[in-house]
Amino acid sequence: MKLENIPLKGKIAALVLICIMALSVFAPLVYPYSPVSVDLNSLSQPPSFLSGHIFGTDQEGRDILARLLAGGKVSISVSFLAAFFAMTVGLAVGLAAGYFGGKVDAALMAVVDLILAFPSLLLAIGVSVVLPPGTLTVMLAIASVGWASFARLVRGHVLSIREAQFVDAARAIGASGPRIIWAHILPQCVPLVLTLMAVKLGGYIITEASLSFLGLGAQPPAATWGAMISQGIDYIYAAPWIAVLPGLAIAVTAFCFNMLGEALADSGYDLKAGKF
Amino acid sequence: MRFGIYLIKKSIITVLLLLGVTFITFSLTRALPGDPALALVGQRASPEVIAAIRKQIGAGRPFIVQYLDYVRMLSRGQMGRSYSTRKEVLKEIEVKFPNTLKLALAAMLMAVPLGAGLGFWGAIRRGTRTDIFLSSISIAGISVPVFFSGLLLMLLVSLGLKLVPPSGTGGLRFLLLPAATLALPSAATLARVTRTMVLDVMDMPFVKTARAKGIGEWRVHFIHILRNALIPIVTVMGLDFGSYLNGAVLTETIFGWDGIGRYAVDGILRRDYPVVLGTILVGTAVFIVVNMMVDIAYHVLDPRVRVFNRKR
Repeated sequence: MKLENIPLKGKIAALVLICIMALSVFAPLVYPYSPVSVDLNSLSQPPSFLSGHIFGTDQEGRDILARLLAGGKVSISVSFLAAFFAMTVGLAVGLAAGYFGGKVDAALMAVVDLILAFPSLLLAIGVSVVLPPGTLTVMLAIASVGWASFARLVRGHVLSIREAQFVDAARAIGASGPRIIWAHILPQCVPLVLTLMAVKLGGYIITEASLSFLGLGAQPPAATWGAMISQGIDYIYAAPWIAVLPGLAIAVTAFCFNMLGEALADSGYDLKAGKF
Repeated sequence: MRFGIYLIKKSIITVLLLLGVTFITFSLTRALPGDPALALVGQRASPEVIAAIRKQIGAGRPFIVQYLDYVRMLSRGQMGRSYSTRKEVLKEIEVKFPNTLKLALAAMLMAVPLGAGLGFWGAIRRGTRTDIFLSSISIAGISVPVFFSGLLLMLLVSLGLKLVPPSGTGGLRFLLLPAATLALPSAATLARVTRTMVLDVMDMPFVKTARAKGIGEWRVHFIHILRNALIPIVTVMGLDFGSYLNGAVLTETIFGWDGIGRYAVDGILRRDYPVVLGTILVGTAVFIVVNMMVDIAYHVLDPRVRVFNRKR
């Protein structure tokens, strides 16, 4: 996976994502409005450059741009952490199943099939109701469903390289099982897993938004994109920007992640569209 | 009769899988914080009433006993009563499931021609601006959450143009918006898959042969290419059915459509265990059965990979 092999569309998407992340981290430091402070003198103001509220204000007079930035930080970091967590667990399970084969493989893959058989959003909703609502819960909910795809992908790849000559060679010079997994097989799986992570992140952004849309994410007054939409629905006719702007934020971010994922998949790792 | 053996095998696996699913869901619901008995009668009920209800719904006994009781009840063809409405869950599901099915089928009816058509169009124009444009559209399609696209549709078609009612359950007029909302991401996925599959088939020698024989371009496209690309497309449609169930959860909530997706969410939010267990069980069963049907369709469509050949 060399950088120059990545198609232009992937590079552009990555650039936009970096801008979004940088903005959501650094812009609040210089932006004059707070995402949570209520201003009863400027309720539901439409977007305008004159009033200072570039993206307008919501039904409680809170600045929408400030809330979008705060929500972006939550959405993106939750999705990243969830993807990282899912990847780690999936990698461990996939390596074990693929390398040891036999009963271990059968048992682990049965669990993976079980998870993949669930309607994933319902499972995530279920998990986020068991735990107290909040960002950590959303992250765990996404990861507890997501690891199965990683495990399945890694297991398939390990099966195909387990019989490769370099693994035989390592075994011949007396390398132990854990060492073969760690030093010889794992590095072969890393690019594959990173590609799947990029492919999955777009979906995780949407799942995070769906959960917070249903009120299971970070609790008010904290801003999340999904919750902003569900609050804006009541005002959709009178003040459509309250719900439409966070919707656009979700769509643009997910679009860039999906574009990046597809570009990475194009540049070397065929993940078989729709299969994972 | 290898087909019979195949069916028996699949059915056993399905039952095991469903047992596993109930077990996971059951453990999840028992791990929920909050007391369903309290949620039922409210904080001001007397301790005796709460204790009676707790006994009635079987809380407080060992987990495994509760689980076995539940499975025994399932084997009698029952799913218990909802804690909050006291209605039988299975009866409710029987009423609501057809609504969800109607929604999913209507969405599929929109998504399949749209997705397959756009994917096919992009593939035969490979590398052109049309292709790039269509690919971007399909990525956009999977990037917009259904609760947002649904909202936009509601805003434009229903509140703006006043063509259809914004929400509710009923005939075609009510069905149109939620079905379109549900169809969008699925059409996008299908377009991407179709494009890849058609590109694969397009380079095969038999297509060149067909052209060399002087067969018209239209015939080559539809008889030779699309038919052969259809097999993997059917598989993906089946896998995608899970996304209809996921999508239904949100779409039904927004549009007030009286299906099992909304029923499930309401159940989860109200800690109504029998409802949660019942809806997830039905949802998963549908998903598994659809995949089984896809498996069978796959082997009927493609004689090369029959798992249940009559003769070897």
